[in-house]
Formats: sequence, structure tokens, C-alpha cells
Amino acid sequence: MKKRILAAVLASASILGAVSGCQSKSSTSSGTSSTGADSSTASTSDATSSEASTEESSQGGESTATDGKLTLKEGEGTVLNIAVWNEEFKGHFEKYLKDKMPDGVTVNFLITENKDNKYQNKLDEDLPNNETADADKKIDMFLFEADYALKYVNSDYTLDVKELGLTDADISGMYQYTKDVATNSSTGALKGVSWQATPGLFAYRRSIAKDVLGTDDPTEVQAKLADWDKFDAVAEQAAAKGYKMLSGYDDSYRTFSNNVAAPWVNDNDEIIIDENIMKWVEQTKTYTDKGYNNKTSLWSDAWSADQGPDGKVFGFFYSTWGINFTLLGNSLAVKEADGGKQEVGNGGFGDWAVCYGPQAYFWGGTWMAGAKGTDNATLVGDIMRAFCCDAEFGKQFTSDTQDYYNNKTAMEELAKTDYKSEFLGGQNHLALFVETAPKIDMSKISVYDQGLNETFQAAFKEYFDGTVDKDTALANFYKNAITKYPELKQPA
Amino acid sequence: MAQAANVSTAPPVATKKKARIGKYKKWGYIFMIPFTVVFLVFQAWPLIQTFYYSVFKYFWSAGKGAWVGPEFVGFDNFAALFDLNNVNILGLTWNTIIMWVLGFVPQIIISLIFAYWFTNVRLRLKCLGFFKTVMYMPNLIMASAFAMLIFAIFSDIGPVNSILKSITGGEAFRFLSYTGSTMALVAFMNFIMWFGNTTILLMAAMMGINESVIEAAEIDGANSGQIFWKITLPLIRPILVYVMITSLIGGLQMFDVPQILTDGQGGPNNTTKTLIMYLNQHIAAKNYGMAGALSVLIFIVCAALSLVVYYFFASDRSDKKSKKRG
Repeated sequence: MKKRILAAVLASASILGAVSGCQSKSSTSSGTSSTGADSSTASTSDATSSEASTEESSQGGESTATDGKLTLKEGEGTVLNIAVWNEEFKGHFEKYLKDKMPDGVTVNFLITENKDNKYQNKLDEDLPNNETADADKKIDMFLFEADYALKYVNSDYTLDVKELGLTDADISGMYQYTKDVATNSSTGALKGVSWQATPGLFAYRRSIAKDVLGTDDPTEVQAKLADWDKFDAVAEQAAAKGYKMLSGYDDSYRTFSNNVAAPWVNDNDEIIIDENIMKWVEQTKTYTDKGYNNKTSLWSDAWSADQGPDGKVFGFFYSTWGINFTLLGNSLAVKEADGGKQEVGNGGFGDWAVCYGPQAYFWGGTWMAGAKGTDNATLVGDIMRAFCCDAEFGKQFTSDTQDYYNNKTAMEELAKTDYKSEFLGGQNHLALFVETAPKIDMSKISVYDQGLNETFQAAFKEYFDGTVDKDTALANFYKNAITKYPELKQPA
Repeated sequence: MAQAANVSTAPPVATKKKARIGKYKKWGYIFMIPFTVVFLVFQAWPLIQTFYYSVFKYFWSAGKGAWVGPEFVGFDNFAALFDLNNVNILGLTWNTIIMWVLGFVPQIIISLIFAYWFTNVRLRLKCLGFFKTVMYMPNLIMASAFAMLIFAIFSDIGPVNSILKSITGGEAFRFLSYTGSTMALVAFMNFIMWFGNTTILLMAAMMGINESVIEAAEIDGANSGQIFWKITLPLIRPILVYVMITSLIGGLQMFDVPQILTDGQGGPNNTTKTLIMYLNQHIAAKNYGMAGALSVLIFIVCAALSLVVYYFFASDRSDKKSKKRG
């Protein structure tokens, strides 16, 4: 009797554990190649440092040089360590690169979560010792984001891509801004390359647009959302019909923060809050008070649910990866993990479309760099060339993933074909990306972007919630920002 | 003990025995080496370093990718901690204490009631083992997992809000956007996690009371209320004080539950940020100077409380061990 009760108790305890386990899994999976991308509260805070997962390229096939395999140069290491912050690149690697890897090379993905600068701190710890590290422990290649790109690009810890064997021809097709982000400010050397360009668009639900505006045609919807005043007017119309214009507080943040007049921090290490960012505060406060948004936060469960089949939210600001990866995943009624298919009829699949929205912006993007001290320079260079510099591969990649490949001509060509996205109701959204991508301006980025953007959003969430007034929110932002970056100052 | 030694140390045996003690004495030291080494390397040395760095300006500049300092600044770090324009530690201490009290008061009351019932032979409760196991269960779950569970249950679209919405028909109640409800959730979790532990401690104390004292009281005509207030409570007072002080020390170090529940923000408006959460922010920013200063202050408060416990028990000679926290 006693034993049975104990068993029942233990079983219920393990179910509890399993429930909380699920929670963490579903929330981590929402993170993608972007800044706010990890946020899911729970799974994160537990200082998860790094978890290594090993992928052995076990293809035993012929090792002739002609079968498109990457080169393992004589004398270079057989263990390739790639530092990353999520599973995205690992997925691409397994699909596109694994088969091309030379025999006998083991690839390790060293995953450290992104939040609270944890990934950066891990790199900061490892990179200075990389040259003297054990051959099999060296970081050979690491991925980074625009928000803190300058820190590594301007350091000696990254290798010039030319040293890795890339030529001018290899990189000529890339969007200029993706090169600007990865260019060393003083020497002008290119330190990293990206396979994607990430222009942002406004993704809206066709059925709601029809109901509110009487049309779901991207051109006509764009005309009604062309600037913020028009956008606000549509928000009012949507609210009258019982819809929310946006899901949460941070949805429109990047459209404002990408169009700032100056970087976050000036030469005196003072934090400068740009006027445009204060405009975001005003707009979001108005939207919250008038009920135009659902008071969610980026990457929260409620935010994801708003993109789901039963969501009542007009639209979301999303860039390339967000549309094909996050939004698509969230929109399905039966998730792919549960056997759902990407097809019309499964939740909101096909009920979405994209337009430019009120302001041009970009969101996310991932660059790869060779780490100084690597013992696999040739292989790292080969991976970059195969994955980032191949126009033909790019077309294939974009068709497969609906991601936006970093090659101007390839994308223009693809946009002119009958390319269409079933998810977006047959819309050729590439044409829109082709239009906005060259307009991206990365000149106002700073090394502090990730930390300060996160801190600012968190501090002002409380203002939107109504728990603090604006001055308190500002004061809290400065306090927390300076705790995070002790070298910064509040301007007098 | 002393007498026994005297008896056995009759002259002829004495020298022999002393020699043997001398021979074995070195083993005592040898057996102490592992602990001493671990203590010195992993506790004493970091502790000294913490004190040392607390008077230095010393942090990692994430923007510049370089260390700043160490540069001696005296007590500037401590002054910054008490600076009212900052996230000052008076407010943080207040948050910590309030959340501890909110969790501790119901916890001690419920634990007393349960312990009294469970040890009361006249009630003849059945399945005691089962109840004790169930009550201790929440303590076995990792605090962070438990906090995640509560976070999901009380989220804007969680089950609690679904029920609330179906009853009131209104909007979701956003639990984590209000100081009161956030503190209540933290207190509730600490209560659930620790009341079983406290119950078992108090039961041990109550079982130590001689049954004849209670019988005598009954014969004298005391009712059960009088027995509880006049006999049981005074006799378990040492354990009660012990529970209270260890719980207070544990409470001062409150971290995991509010950290996970509020996503490390301690919101709203820093009202649920605890001392250790703030310490964690400094450590995450690799600001060893400020983190050191804060640690030193927490150390001083905890040391003072520990001294109280020590002197309380020095007279009592009780060496019951239990988990910290209550």
C-alpha cells in the first residue's frame, strides 16, 4: 500500500517535471537569429553556459576531390568547433554542409544562450586564449549578430576573410550593408560574411485586413500603412472591429531604433536616448492605453499565440527569417512537431501577406567569422564560400527555406521568376525584399545595441503596464543599463 | 569524561598510552587535510578576494572588450550601494525581507498546526508517512523548475487566467505586472517549498517532549489549547528560534524563485528584486568591485545572524542539523 502511494507520488512529481520541461523546450525553440530572440524567461535564466553537441560527419563515401567536398588541408585539425547561440545554423549545416565535409572531421557546435550578453561573455572568455588552447578545443569559427558585431570585427580575435581564402569575386555579390557590419573600422578588412540579408517587412493577416480595410492586396494595404499617421488610423479602425493592431509593446521597436540619428553611446561614454526611440515610447503608450495592442512581450507565449490560428492581431513586424521560420511555425494549428503540414488549411497558413510598412528597417542576421588561432583556416574558408558566396546555391537555399540569401543578383533573378510563397497566399515577397534590402543603413550601430535595447524595452514595459511613470522608467533604464555596462554614464 | 580519564591513567599505563595517542595523532591531521584544502581553496581564498576587490574599481568593459581596473577606490563601491539614485540596497533589503515575511508567517503557522496534529497521539491520524512525504515533495523539485511552472500557470494566457476570464468575462489579470501579486507568488512558492521541511523539524522538537508532562497537565485539567500554548510551545522554543533564524538567513539569500519568475528583472519597478538578484546582475556584468562590496554586506548581515544562532545554542548544547532556509 505504502509503496504504491509512494510510486503514485513520485509519478506525479515526474509529470510536474515533465510539464515544466515542455515549457522550456517550446520557449527555447522560438529563438532565432536575432537579438531579442531568446527572451523566453524561464529556460534562460539558469546560467546555462555551454552545451556541446557532436555531429560526426560519418559519410563514408569516396574521398575524391571532385565530389564537391570541402578541403581538409594536410596538417590541419580534424575537430571543427563552431560557437553559436542557437540551433539555426546547426540545422542548415546538417542539411547543406554535412555531406560535403571531408572524411574524418568531427564538428562540434558549442551552444551558449544569447540573453544578457551570455554568448558574448563566453566568447570574451574563450577567444583571448584561443591561440594557446588545445587543438581540439580551439574555437575555429563563431557566429555573431549585428548588435555586437563591431566588438569582434574591430578586435584581433577575428581573421580577415582573405586570410581564409575568400577572394573579392567571392564577396562581390553580397549586400553592401552585410559587408559594412563586418568591416574593421580602422583597417577596412572584412572580418566576417553572412549568408542572409534580413530586411524587415510588415506581415499582416489577410482575413483581418479584408475585414478592416476591405482589401488584402499588398499594394493597397501598403498604401494605407505608408506612414505612422496612416498606421495609427488603421489601428483605430481595427480596434473598432475588435482587433488589435499589434501584439505587444516591442513589436514596432526596431522600426524606430533602426532609424535613429546617432548611436546609443557617444564618445564620452554617455548613453544617448534618441528622439526616435522616445517616439516609440509615445506610440506604444498610446496603443496600450487605447487598447490597440495585446500587452505582450516579444517571444512570450502570449505573443506567439497571437500569431496562431485564433489570433486577433492585425500584423507583426518581421524580417526575412521571422516570416518563414517564426511566424510560419506559430501560425500552424497543428504544429510540425505534432505531424502538421505546411499547407493551406492548417491554421493561418496562407492567410498572411507582407508589405513594406511605415518605415524601412532590418532585424537580425547572422554573420560567421574565423577565430584567430584556428587550426582549420582552409576548412572555415571553404564553409564560408560554400554557404555564403555561391549564387546558385543561394537560389536553391531561398527556394527551400524562404530565407533571403545574401546575393543581390541571385535574389533579383529569383524575384523575377514566378517565385511565390504558399504561406503568404501566393505572394512573391522576394520582390519586396529586393526593393528594401539595398536601403538598409548600418551606420548607427554600436557595440552596446543588444544590451541597451533589451534594457530599454524591459524598463519601459513597466511604464506601458502603468506600474511606473515615465521618469521612473527612464531612471530605471539608466540604473539597469549602468549595472550591465559599468563603463557607461547617464548624461548630466 | 575527565573522571574516566583519571581512572585509566594509573602510572604504569600512562606513558604507554600517551605514546600511542602521539602515534595516532598525526592521522587526525591527515584526515583533516582534504577538508582544509577544499575549504582554503574554494571558500577562504575566494572570501578573501571578495573582501579585497570590494574596495577596487574592477570590471569588464563589454563595449571595449577590456578590463577596467583594478584601481583602489576605498569605500566608493559601498557608497554607491547606499546611493538613493541607484538601485540601492536598502530598497532591495526591504523587498527581500517583505517577501520572506510573507512566506514565513503562513509557513510557521501551518507547520506548527501540522506538527502538532502529527505528533498528537490522541488524534490517531492514519497514513502519516504519506502526508509527510507529500508535504516534503515540493522541496524536491528544483526551485527554478517550480518557478517556471508557476510562471506558465499564471501567465497572461495561462490556465489561471483562462479560469478568471471565464468567471469575470473581463481581461486577463496580469499577475507579474503588479508588485503585490508578484510578491504573493514568490511568497507562495517559498511557502509551498519549505513548509514541509519546517513541519518535520518542529515534529522532531515536539516528539522530544516528554509525554508525561502532557499527561500531568491533562490530569490537572488543562484543555488542549492550554497544553499547546503553555507546554508545547515553550518547550520547543529553541527549535522555533533556530527555524526562524535559519529561515531568515535563507530568506536573505532568496534568489532562484524571483529570478526565474520575473525574468531576472525583479519587476515591476525593482520591487521584487532581491539582494542576490542584484548581486547576480553585477556578476553577469563581470563587475567584481561592486559584486564584492555587495557580497561583503550580505556576509556581514548573515554572519551577525549566525552568531545569534550560535550563542543561542551554545547554552543549549543542541546540535540538530538541518537545511538552511525554512
